[in-house]
Amino acid sequence: MSAVIDSHGTSHGHDDHHDHGAPAGLMRWVTTTNHKDIGSMYLWFSFVMFLVGGVMALTIRAELFQPGLQIVRPEFFNTMTTYHGLIMVFGAIMPAFVGFANYLIPLMIGAPDMAFPRMNNWSFWLLPPAAILLIGSFFAPGGAAGVGWTMYAPLTSQMGPGMDLTIFAVHILGMSSIMGSINIVTTILNMRCPGMTLMKMPMFVWTWLITAYLLIATMPVLAGAVTMTLTDRHFGTSFFNAAGGGDPVLYQHIFWFFGHPEVYIIAIPAFGVVSQVIPAFSRKPLFGYASMVYATSSIAILSFIVWAHHMYTVGMPVAGQLYYMYATMLIAVPTGVKVFNWVATMWKGSLSFETPMLFALGFLFLFTLGGFTGLVLSMTPVDVQLHDTYYVVAHFHYVMVAGALFSAFAGVYYWLPKWTGRMYDETLGKWHFWLSIIFFNVTFFVQHFLGLAGMPRRIPDYHTQFTEFNVISSIGAFGFGLSQLLFLYIVLKALRSGEKAADKQWDGADTLEWTHLPTPMPYHTFENPPTIK
Amino acid sequence: MSSTTPTHNYYLPEPSHYPVVGSVALLLMLGGMALWFNGLAFGQWSTLAGLAVLIYMMKIWFGKVIEESEGGLYTKRVDVSFRWSMGWFIFSEVMFFAAFFGALFYARLYSVPELGAVDQKLLWPEFNSAWPTAGPNAMDAFTPMGAWGVPAINTLLLLTSGVTLTVAHFGMLENNRGKLNLWLGLTIALGVIFLGFQAYEYSHAYSELNLKLTSGIYGTTFYLLTGFHGFHVTVGTIMLIVVWVRCLKGHFTADHHFAFEGVAWYWHFVDVVWLFLFIFVYWF
Ligand SMILES: [Cu+2]
Repeated sequence: MSAVIDSHGTSHGHDDHHDHGAPAGLMRWVTTTNHKDIGSMYLWFSFVMFLVGGVMALTIRAELFQPGLQIVRPEFFNTMTTYHGLIMVFGAIMPAFVGFANYLIPLMIGAPDMAFPRMNNWSFWLLPPAAILLIGSFFAPGGAAGVGWTMYAPLTSQMGPGMDLTIFAVHILGMSSIMGSINIVTTILNMRCPGMTLMKMPMFVWTWLITAYLLIATMPVLAGAVTMTLTDRHFGTSFFNAAGGGDPVLYQHIFWFFGHPEVYIIAIPAFGVVSQVIPAFSRKPLFGYASMVYATSSIAILSFIVWAHHMYTVGMPVAGQLYYMYATMLIAVPTGVKVFNWVATMWKGSLSFETPMLFALGFLFLFTLGGFTGLVLSMTPVDVQLHDTYYVVAHFHYVMVAGALFSAFAGVYYWLPKWTGRMYDETLGKWHFWLSIIFFNVTFFVQHFLGLAGMPRRIPDYHTQFTEFNVISSIGAFGFGLSQLLFLYIVLKALRSGEKAADKQWDGADTLEWTHLPTPMPYHTFENPPTIK
Repeated sequence: MSSTTPTHNYYLPEPSHYPVVGSVALLLMLGGMALWFNGLAFGQWSTLAGLAVLIYMMKIWFGKVIEESEGGLYTKRVDVSFRWSMGWFIFSEVMFFAAFFGALFYARLYSVPELGAVDQKLLWPEFNSAWPTAGPNAMDAFTPMGAWGVPAINTLLLLTSGVTLTVAHFGMLENNRGKLNLWLGLTIALGVIFLGFQAYEYSHAYSELNLKLTSGIYGTTFYLLTGFHGFHVTVGTIMLIVVWVRCLKGHFTADHHFAFEGVAWYWHFVDVVWLFLFIFVYWF
């Protein structure tokens, strides 16, 4: 059996092996240990959460369509901003990229599966309980916790049972992330096929190796922070209570020690996807591969020593402000290296602009813009003015939506033919891109002006002078939200009636899943590892 | 092809229902705790049911892993995977403790001195910001835990247990099962005695020193740091007992005993955390 080369899945030995005892129907998905199944579930789960978090965002934008209170009570508005943030960060964006990791890393390094397939299943199946606790907090007495996604003390000490459900949801999400990351690191370090040296790995695999390290280092710290919140709430401890000798600012330090690397936990896999897509549609190898690896590692290391740039206004010695300002600005250097390399990859390339490339280019322009506003905010005197204004909201949505989300879209369009064996509708894909990028900018570009003019974030009402830009932003938000239903339609249409995709659908693609595997892929791949020269 | 031998050089398990059982357990347990802490109905019952299911799940899951290991399904490469993963798991635990040590250092270096600084005198004129303290609003006085009584004995116990565990490992490597079983049993005994002393120390603190979880930032950091450490010692002891029972059953060979080594790494990690605790919580 083992002598049969089965990269084409023709050997019945395998089919026996997989059909034997494998449950059908729903139980197949509940019990699966297959990285492709688990990757798919991560991606679908993240899309459902994206819609849930999106409805919350639209509630916020509907309320802000006009000055005054129209639709929701202020307390409920606070819960909307809180759970929109938590669900988008932990429920939508992070699981989306973990889904890519699950599906693609074993294929890209020529491994038969993840290192620990059962634990891989658990990493995914921990997400639904966490989602149940998060959403269940809306039905707790007193409602969900309107504390902001950062869950700052001492406000968290004053919330009802919804706060505890949220804290435990964060614990479960942390367990899921840590198990998933340990699995990814182990897979990358131990499961590469012969000849696949570290410096031959596709950039996407490198970015996940670095991201997994960030997750393992920071998720336990977040778990510690919310555990302290829990004991302060119920067991009379004084971590964040000045009367007992503690300090609410301590919470912010611990949270942002997690929170800043979290930004890169989201951004670095997005860099990885873009680093596969841009070379494929430039028909050139990635420019400066080694410098990409070093730049990404530098970003990850720097991300641990800049956290207090989120805290300029809580009171900090001038020396501290200067240190955090310069350290933060330093991150622009490796980030600049990456942007330069992506542009240089396209230089004199044989470019074509299919949907994945369009989203990757959207990422490139708008993520860079979000990076620039980040540089603006890193300056302490400027941040003191702009802290907690809509300028900050605009900044991180450029990074999270036009950065991470657009990159995830690029990835889905790029790998969908490989995953499903069917092509999406290119015309509709282009519509999705143009609608998304236009409505995105309509929504968020004007928020820079609102922030510069002084409109505070997380407040359901505003001065009438802010009305026009808020109207524009709300219209953009609803347009953006509706455009994402088109994405769902495109994916479903591809699944139902898409044209058959070729083994190597994109002629510039050069990773193993395109060069060594048929389309559609067999259920098990690379059970006998390929050898890379 | 024979259906009994694995077809690939890396063992891939069949579909499994253990994970989803674990997920249901955690949902019951943590959801139940949220109810319980707020005095809502069914909270403690849901917590207990979740805990029971979780323990059951771990028993059958780890039981399956042991069965697979003894069945020879784990090749060298699988063994290497276990090693990497245990290392990274311990790293995540290090970061968890780092958060609590960070809180301790922050309180001692920043928040407590700040509360006694001159610009707070209007608010709390009486407050003396010397460590240990229960904060400016402390209700009743407490005595801090000294380093050179029970904690010093506990340090000795844990350091000794690190040595006995290493001797047991040599027994494993030399294929000397008597030596292995004896010294591993001694290690477990030392762990249990440590936990007994820790329980005694807590009751002594509560009944005689008036040192409670609610004793301001000192009580907070003292109980959370030593408490989480004690929890880790408990888990480590349970893991050592499982490995010991497996040794008595004749599991493991001189070159195939990752479970033993993984637990040993974990035990040494818990040992090192204790040294930091002893220095920064008890001594200085
Ligand atoms: Cu930051």
